[in-house]
Amino acid sequence: MKRKFNLNRKFFKKLEELIFRVLMIISTTIIIVALLAIIISILIKGVPSLSWEMITQTPKGGYYFGKEGGILNAIIGSLYLSGGATFLALVVSLPLALYMNIHKMKEKLVVNIIRLFLDILWGIPSIVYGAFGFALMVFLGLRTSLLAGILTVTLFIIPIMVRSMDEVLKTVPRGLIEASFSLGSTRSETSFRVILRQCIPGLITAILLAFGRAIGDAAAVLFTAGYTDYIPTSLSQPTATLPLSVFFQLGSPIPEVQNRAYASAVVLTVIVLIISISSRAFSMKYQKNRIK
Amino acid sequence: MRSFSILNFKVRRTLRENLSAFWMKCCYLLILAMPFILLIGLLLKSSLLFGEHSLMELIFSSEWKPLSGKFGFFPFIISSLWVTFISIAIAAPVCLLTAIYLTQYAKRFVLKIMQPVIDILAGIPSVIYGVWGIIIIVPFVSKVAGWFNVSSSGYSILTGAIVLAVMIIPFVLNILIEVYKTIPIELSEASLSLGATKWETIKKVLTRKAYPGIISSFGLGVSRAFGETIAVLMVVGNVVQIPSGIFQAGYPLPALIANNYGEMLSIPLYDSALMFAALILFVVVTFFNMGSRYIIMHYEKKI
Amino acid sequence: MINGSIINIEGLNLHIGNKHILKDINVKIPEKKLTVILGPSGCGKTTLLKSLNRLTDLYPEVKTQGKIFNGGIDILNPKIEITELRKKMGLLAQSPYPLPMSIYDNITYGLRISGRRKKRYLSKRVEYYLRQVSLWEEVKDRLKDPASALSIGQQQRLCLARGLSVDPDIILADEPTSALDPVSSREIEELFLKLKQRYTIVMVTHILRQARRVADYVIFMYLGEIVEHGTAEQIFENPQNQITKAYIKGTYS
Repeated sequence: MKRKFNLNRKFFKKLEELIFRVLMIISTTIIIVALLAIIISILIKGVPSLSWEMITQTPKGGYYFGKEGGILNAIIGSLYLSGGATFLALVVSLPLALYMNIHKMKEKLVVNIIRLFLDILWGIPSIVYGAFGFALMVFLGLRTSLLAGILTVTLFIIPIMVRSMDEVLKTVPRGLIEASFSLGSTRSETSFRVILRQCIPGLITAILLAFGRAIGDAAAVLFTAGYTDYIPTSLSQPTATLPLSVFFQLGSPIPEVQNRAYASAVVLTVIVLIISISSRAFSMKYQKNRIK
Repeated sequence: MRSFSILNFKVRRTLRENLSAFWMKCCYLLILAMPFILLIGLLLKSSLLFGEHSLMELIFSSEWKPLSGKFGFFPFIISSLWVTFISIAIAAPVCLLTAIYLTQYAKRFVLKIMQPVIDILAGIPSVIYGVWGIIIIVPFVSKVAGWFNVSSSGYSILTGAIVLAVMIIPFVLNILIEVYKTIPIELSEASLSLGATKWETIKKVLTRKAYPGIISSFGLGVSRAFGETIAVLMVVGNVVQIPSGIFQAGYPLPALIANNYGEMLSIPLYDSALMFAALILFVVVTFFNMGSRYIIMHYEKKI
Repeated sequence: MINGSIINIEGLNLHIGNKHILKDINVKIPEKKLTVILGPSGCGKTTLLKSLNRLTDLYPEVKTQGKIFNGGIDILNPKIEITELRKKMGLLAQSPYPLPMSIYDNITYGLRISGRRKKRYLSKRVEYYLRQVSLWEEVKDRLKDPASALSIGQQQRLCLARGLSVDPDIILADEPTSALDPVSSREIEELFLKLKQRYTIVMVTHILRQARRVADYVIFMYLGEIVEHGTAEQIFENPQNQITKAYIKGTYS
């Protein structure tokens, strides 16, 4: 009697584990399938509209109605915008990350406060940055422009960049920092000559990650960068961007215009994939070359 | 001559040190000031609205007639809540099961596949998710609605939630993997040597140990989902109504801001109202963000 | 001298990746004695201990060859249902790892898992095992507190009681005092001396003096091999091997 009961219990234990293992495999598969579905559906819709003209011409006759032309304005605009924002963010992020990990190495409280604030900033949705950026723009009497877009996106990617640089710099052994100090280096020399060299691949990964976020985000530039058919020639002109090129042109009833949206989606996806793969390559190299 | 150049060198060195330290301090202050600047900016801009309406009225009224000065945010708040919580309800079990699978059962090659999958999924821009939603999820949901005898265009709360769920999966999953990885292997050893099976160990010991981490990962997922804009905006329908079912269109707060900001500035109080929407986002998102981090910091050691 | 063995290890080889960790281990562990696996750190002592109840399964890339017999059953046979066999061996880790639950539940966890649910029975067992490790008086008023609230020494004794709760024949202890202060270490050692009347204890240590204090039987390992094994008297008074001699005399550290 007792034995039978035990066998039953064992059977149910096994069955429960089996059911959950199947569910786990299903969940994992769902995630892989979702990614494939996204990439394949974008490619199927977009690749047929990709052509040499598409990526080398600006739209003709207005981006919302004109049937001719391509998406060069958005490609170049996006590169300008994210390039500028990434550069500006770097100017703030790298010093700050070094400050946290070398200058304030011993002051846990300061570092934790910075981390807390970065976490807060990092959590704020990009639409809030966008709305804030626009309000500020109106307040300062500026118009929608490449510059306003760059500034808004910079604010939005700084926490992302500092946080990932912080992760990299955290792993620098204290001994290395102390060794540099004991050779008589100043803090900034230690930072920029010793630590930077050690961490460059990791920092490049952080920069690429931030660039990827900058180029992909639509909500922060929606009100600040404007949209135009032309490639901007100065910081005060509005600019088109790839995400908005998708967003605006997809809403058009004209199929040719929609095709431009799908083509933009493909270009954007490819850029993001390249960033993702190359940052992976960098971080692998980083793990190999790091002195432990 | 030589001593002069050494002196010069010293001066330059000190100068460089001081300059870099100064710039670092500026960056530091910028980061500390930023959340407050944002908060104050949003408060100032939305304060005009507070002059005319009480907070309760703004949040719980469902009359949205900007032209006649009526700003009831209730439909938008409810839409946001619906979309957010359905998306987390979809994402949570998937993430939990996958995290357990990847940290406890999976073979090496599965991990090798999944790491880039998660990374790429995390890097795909919001707008691409939106396009995907329109191409695949909208028709799918429309069909599913048909099975329940509901007619739906497919642009609905459920569609927004599904797209959003896929977007937050990599984010929540990464946290959960980290949570499970940091549990010491000795706990598993202890449980196994008491005669527990692997699954019992996972269920009764590891997941219990991971509990604060799990809760906070979901909280962080909520904070991420609540503010997501473009992807949701593209598939959720954007009709001002209190949705009565998941197949109906909704109009979450971020979509409200994105669709209207900067356009109808001639209507009095309108931009103030939209800033109020941004303020709600800021407060809710920061609350969930900080709350989750608090949970993981304070309860991790106690269990 | 040695009557009957409880564990028979025959030709055990263990690789992690392409590192050869355990090399051709052949040894018998005597019943109801305290066997000490002694040797410098990194010589594979802990790995040998964990192979005894196949916890090596938890680590990826571990490959084992050979046989470990316990009661006539080869533990390393992958077809064997290891879950039940593990219950026969209580494990005590280097530092205490209480399960993430109350003191009470730490003890009842193993019992519940094997299907014992009656409250009165469980309460009695809790008291019994806590008394075994002389912890009862210290914690009887706060059994519902999380186990992590105890001091490290108390936690280690709780872990020992937890291990005893499923009524094992063997206690496997992996440097059980390395995280403890001298007083708590002493308490654990004394408990072991008491418990070896009824249990077979296998303890890993690199502390020579501790081994001298408690061991009945000694297995001396060096670089993944068993250099020498025998009764405590043999090994400490009259070691045969040069390496063992050097280690015992303390010229090797």
